[in-house]
Amino acid sequence: MTIDHRLPAEYEELRRTVEEFAHDVVAPKIGEFYEHHEFPYEIVREMGRMGLFGLPFPEEYGGMGGDYFALCLALEELARVDSSVAITLEAGVSLGAMPIFRFGTQAQKRDWLPKLCSGEMLGAFGLTEPECGSDAGGTRTTARLDEESGEWVINGTKCFITNSGTDITGLVTVTAVTGRQPDGRPEISSIIVPSGTPGFTVAPPYSKVGWNASDTRELAFSDCRVPSANLLGELGRGYAQFLRILDEGRIAISALATGLAQGCVDESVAYAKTRQAFGKPIGANQAIQFKLADMEMHAHTARLAWRDAASRLLHGEPFKKEAALAKLYSSQIAVTNAREATQIHGGYGFMNEYPVARFWRDSKILEIGEGTSEVQRMLIARELGLTA
Amino acid sequence: MSLRIVVCVKYVPDATGDRRFAEDLTTDRDAVDGLLSELDEYAVEQALQIAESRQQEGDDAEITVLTVGPEDAKDALRKALSMGAHKAVHVEDDALHGTDILGTSLVLAKAIEHVGYDLVVCGMASTDGTAGVVPAILAERLSVPQVTLVSEVAVEDGKVTGRRDGDAASEQLEARFPAVVSVTDQSGEARYPSFKGIMAAKKKPVESLDLSDLGIDAAEVGLAGAWSAVNEANERPVRTAGTIVKDEGEGGKQLAAFLVERKFI
Ligand SMILES: Cc1cc2nc3c(=O)[nH]c(=O)nc-3n(C[C@H](O)[C@H](O)[C@H](O)COP(=O)(O)OP(=O)(O)OC[C@H]3O[C@@H](n4cnc5c(N)ncnc54)[C@H](O)[C@@H]3O)c2cc1C
Repeated sequence: MTIDHRLPAEYEELRRTVEEFAHDVVAPKIGEFYEHHEFPYEIVREMGRMGLFGLPFPEEYGGMGGDYFALCLALEELARVDSSVAITLEAGVSLGAMPIFRFGTQAQKRDWLPKLCSGEMLGAFGLTEPECGSDAGGTRTTARLDEESGEWVINGTKCFITNSGTDITGLVTVTAVTGRQPDGRPEISSIIVPSGTPGFTVAPPYSKVGWNASDTRELAFSDCRVPSANLLGELGRGYAQFLRILDEGRIAISALATGLAQGCVDESVAYAKTRQAFGKPIGANQAIQFKLADMEMHAHTARLAWRDAASRLLHGEPFKKEAALAKLYSSQIAVTNAREATQIHGGYGFMNEYPVARFWRDSKILEIGEGTSEVQRMLIARELGLTA
Repeated sequence: MSLRIVVCVKYVPDATGDRRFAEDLTTDRDAVDGLLSELDEYAVEQALQIAESRQQEGDDAEITVLTVGPEDAKDALRKALSMGAHKAVHVEDDALHGTDILGTSLVLAKAIEHVGYDLVVCGMASTDGTAGVVPAILAERLSVPQVTLVSEVAVEDGKVTGRRDGDAASEQLEARFPAVVSVTDQSGEARYPSFKGIMAAKKKPVESLDLSDLGIDAAEVGLAGAWSAVNEANERPVRTAGTIVKDEGEGGKQLAAFLVERKFI
């Protein structure tokens, strides 16, 4: 028996292909999109063409027949160069398409997945609301079934929803209270709302600190009606569904954070070798070398962490704790690496035209989105058997 | 009927790596990673597009990628297969070490005849040797028409057409099958392999041939059989710091003088 943690050849080839794509296609153009807060349609189209949005889905739905691990590899390589395109892919796949694949009916899968897999269409997942984020069970959005017309009538507001307002957004899956459970707690269900449905309005994009080439919006539902068949999976399973989606999503965010952390190393090592001060490259100073060694250690360890969680997921083993650990650790070191990378770049690191400036802006959200660091610690503590 | 396309591809040293010559003045292939020549990716892409456009019309095409090269050259074939080519042929033989353009074209011609073909597609040059004449010599060896250095290519009614963009004019060329074409780096960006393509490539057939399979006498190829020889190779001197012109009113003139001195203008 051989014990080997290295990637199988096909996965390594995928990784290399995405690395090449990020370097040749994303890197030269993304700065411009970012600067102007524009969604990079042409890059997303290319990502679609090479099958990235279909990575974890079976071929019968237009997917690539890969798995979640393959998706994470692609996310890491994209995020080494840019996080906006990486989060567009992450949200499109793990929040947009995955709920439909995991919980949808045959008809829903046939209707939506081929277009989502090809990247022609983006999907979004609307969980967070102005009054509830970490405490996502506190959803106030309601959906009432109008028996007469056979339609859900949705009312409420969602905020910070990724991919929800692009020209190619086709749907948002929203969580809403659809009744009361026997114990009086709200019953939450997920409902698919196609873009353009009357009563569903999408606000202009937020002005964000980072992820400036990705699309994030507030959504308003005012007597928005969709057919009863748009219920995703079973009535009242919304809470369980998004817990599953978020558990997986954490691994993806962890891979993305690892990529950002590695990108900081890549840029900083190159810079430290060429930037001269006091008659020698700054990288000849131990103070800089030690920073870089630590940054490399961070990225490497984060990579091992997400890969461990992802391989557990693939093998059908419990992965909740490992996913939370990976997400917590990698987002934390992404922030550290981005801070140090900026430091190593000196004044240039504070200039938006340098990738490390983008990394710095893009890193902080990683400790917040898809479960804050505090939420990850709560999950880990719970897995350790500790209760409040 | 299925159109048989053979795409000739070369496995070359990564141009971003530290490329060196070995003692016998051939490329030191151990010193640097290799890959599918970028210029040949254009050829694979055009072949795939021809196959796709035929498919839309209810016809089909079978693409064979062919390489002559060492064991590692299989990587180049695998890449082309992941992009969508159907099968591959690898000609490998120790006696091929140091083969020049004439020898390479001979081996390619024999292998192409072995596979069977209607159309041969090549890149405009290799990124290491950069001679750019293999397609033309190949066509002569096969005794078929050549449509070389085209930036647009199409297939219809038993012939291939292409546009060659020159400095003074654009020529529209055509040739009946069988024919050899070479495509330039202006023919359209090559696709990236998808994961599905990468997985599928594992199951696609790769035929390995040596010189005896092709009936080639080892004396015709290799360093000994080469018609051209590298007598000497010197590393390029390290780049000097260059000249910085400070503009104190005369900057433009100084720049112009610099360029005139070096015969740029
Ligand atoms: C750019 C961006 C994109 C996003 N994309 C999406 C999306 O596509 N879909 C979606 O549904 N959401 C999305 N979000 C929302 C994101 O998931 C939430 O912002 C996040 O879950 C935190 O929720 P909150 O902002 O309401 O913070 P809160 O929950 O209000 O938390 C505020 C602070 O209190 C802490 N806190 C809360 N509860 C506890 C506790 N019990 N113990 C200790 N500390 C606690 C938190 O950790 C945090 O530090 C996105 C957000 C951003 C900024």
